[in-house]
Amino acid sequence: MEEENKVTLHGTWFSPYAKRVELALKLKGIPFEYVEEDLKNKSPLLLKYNPVYKKVPVLVHNGKPIAESFCIIEYIDETWKNSPQLLPEDPYKRAKVRFWSSFIHQQLYEAMLTVMKAAGEAQGKAIKELLEKLQVLEEGMKDFFPNGTPSISNRNMGILEIMICSLLGPYKLQEEVIGIKIIGPEKTPLIFSWLTAINELPLVKELAPPQDKTVALLKFVRENALKSSSA
Amino acid sequence: MAEVKLHGFWASPFSHRVIWALKIKGVDYEYIEEDLSNKSELLLKYNPVYKKIPVLVHGGKPIPESLIILEYIEETWPENPLLPTNPYEKAMARFWIQFGVDKGPIFRAFFLSTGGEEQEKAAKDFLEVLKTIEEQALGDKKFFGGDTINLVDISYGYLAYWFKNVEEVIGIKLLEPSTLPRLSQWVQNFIEVPVIKESIPDRDKLLAYTRRIREKLVAEQLKK
Repeated sequence: MEEENKVTLHGTWFSPYAKRVELALKLKGIPFEYVEEDLKNKSPLLLKYNPVYKKVPVLVHNGKPIAESFCIIEYIDETWKNSPQLLPEDPYKRAKVRFWSSFIHQQLYEAMLTVMKAAGEAQGKAIKELLEKLQVLEEGMKDFFPNGTPSISNRNMGILEIMICSLLGPYKLQEEVIGIKIIGPEKTPLIFSWLTAINELPLVKELAPPQDKTVALLKFVRENALKSSSA
Repeated sequence: MAEVKLHGFWASPFSHRVIWALKIKGVDYEYIEEDLSNKSELLLKYNPVYKKIPVLVHGGKPIPESLIILEYIEETWPENPLLPTNPYEKAMARFWIQFGVDKGPIFRAFFLSTGGEEQEKAAKDFLEVLKTIEEQALGDKKFFGGDTINLVDISYGYLAYWFKNVEEVIGIKLLEPSTLPRLSQWVQNFIEVPVIKESIPDRDKLLAYTRRIREKLVAEQLKK
C-alpha cells in the first residue's frame, strides 16, 4: 500500500516550529517527504490537514495528519522507539523536560520576538526581560548538566536540544540584526556551551538555512514591525 | 508508597484539574491550601520559576504546571487511563488540550472585557472558540474521552462550572443549549460525574470570588 508508513512533513524553511519536527525526524532516521508551503498560497492539502489553525508544521503519517510541533514530537517519540529517545523514560524527568520545553516555547520565544520587533526604549525594556528569562533558563539547565559542559551527540539529543536549537541556534545572526549580544560565555556560560555543542553537529548544520537568507528574513521581519508600529 | 502532596487554591480551576485526576486514579494525597497573598516558603521553593499553584509533590519531588502534572499523574498511575493508548489518538487528545491553552488569551480578553465594541468582539471571538471545541473536538461524543472523561475533559472542565460564573458576572451568556447544544449537554454530563460533582466548590462562594478577582484584574489592566 502506498500510504503505509509514508511520512510527509508540511513546513516552511523559516518556521522554527517546522525545524523542530525536521530535527526530530532526522535524528530518528525516519525517511520523509518534505513539502515546502507558501504561506501566502497555502496548499489545499495543508488546509485539509490542519483546518483548525491552517499552519505549518503538519506531519502526515499513514494518511493521518497531526499539527502542533509539541504534539508531533511526542507522537514521533512514541511511534518510532529507536534512539535517540526524545523524552526521558522516567515520568519525573519527563515532567521536568516538558516544563523547560514549555518555558522555552512560551517565555523565550515571546521575549525574543518582542526584542526583534522593537526599537529604542521599548527594545531596551524587551532586551532586559529576555536577558532575565535567559538567566532563569541558565539556572534551570544546571539541573540537566551538573558538570557544566554539555556533550551533545546525535544519540543523546532530545526535545530540549530541539527546542533551544530551533529558537536560538542562529543566535549570532539574531544578535547581528538586533544589535546586541544575548548569549555568551560570561553571561550565559551553560547555554553558550550547550548551543555551541548542538550547532557543531553535522545534522544541525545540514538543516540550517543559508545564513544570508536567515539574516535577510530577520531584517525584513524587524523592519516591517518597526514600520507598522510607527505608522 | 512515596507520599503525594498537592499545593493548591480552593477557587483555582487549575488546582481542581489535579484534584480530579488524583481522585479518578484513587491516589491518596495531602492537600495544602495556599494563601495566594502570602505564599508559603515551600511553594516558592517548589516553583521558583512561576511561584504559582498547583504544584504536586511526589516523594519530595515537585511538579508545577497543571497540564504537566496531569501527564505525570497519567504516567505514574496508569490505572483508569486518562489518555488513549493509540499514539495517533493520544496526539489528537494533546492537540485539543493545547488548543485550550492557545486560546487562553481569548478567554482572558472576554473575562476582563468591560463593555462596548471591545466586549462584543471578545464575546464573539470566544464563542468561535467554543464552537470549534464543540464541532471538532467533542463532535457527537458524550465526553471528549468518549464514554468516560479523560484529560481533554479535565482540561476543559472549567467551562462546566467556572465559566457559568464568568457569564453571570459579565452578564453575557455564550454557552447555552440554543448556541452550543452538544457542549451544553457535555456540561450537564460532566458535572454529574461523581468525582467532579463532589469536588466543585460552593457556587455562591465561587461566584463572589469570581467577581472579586475580575475587579482586581480589570483594575490592574487599566493601570498598564
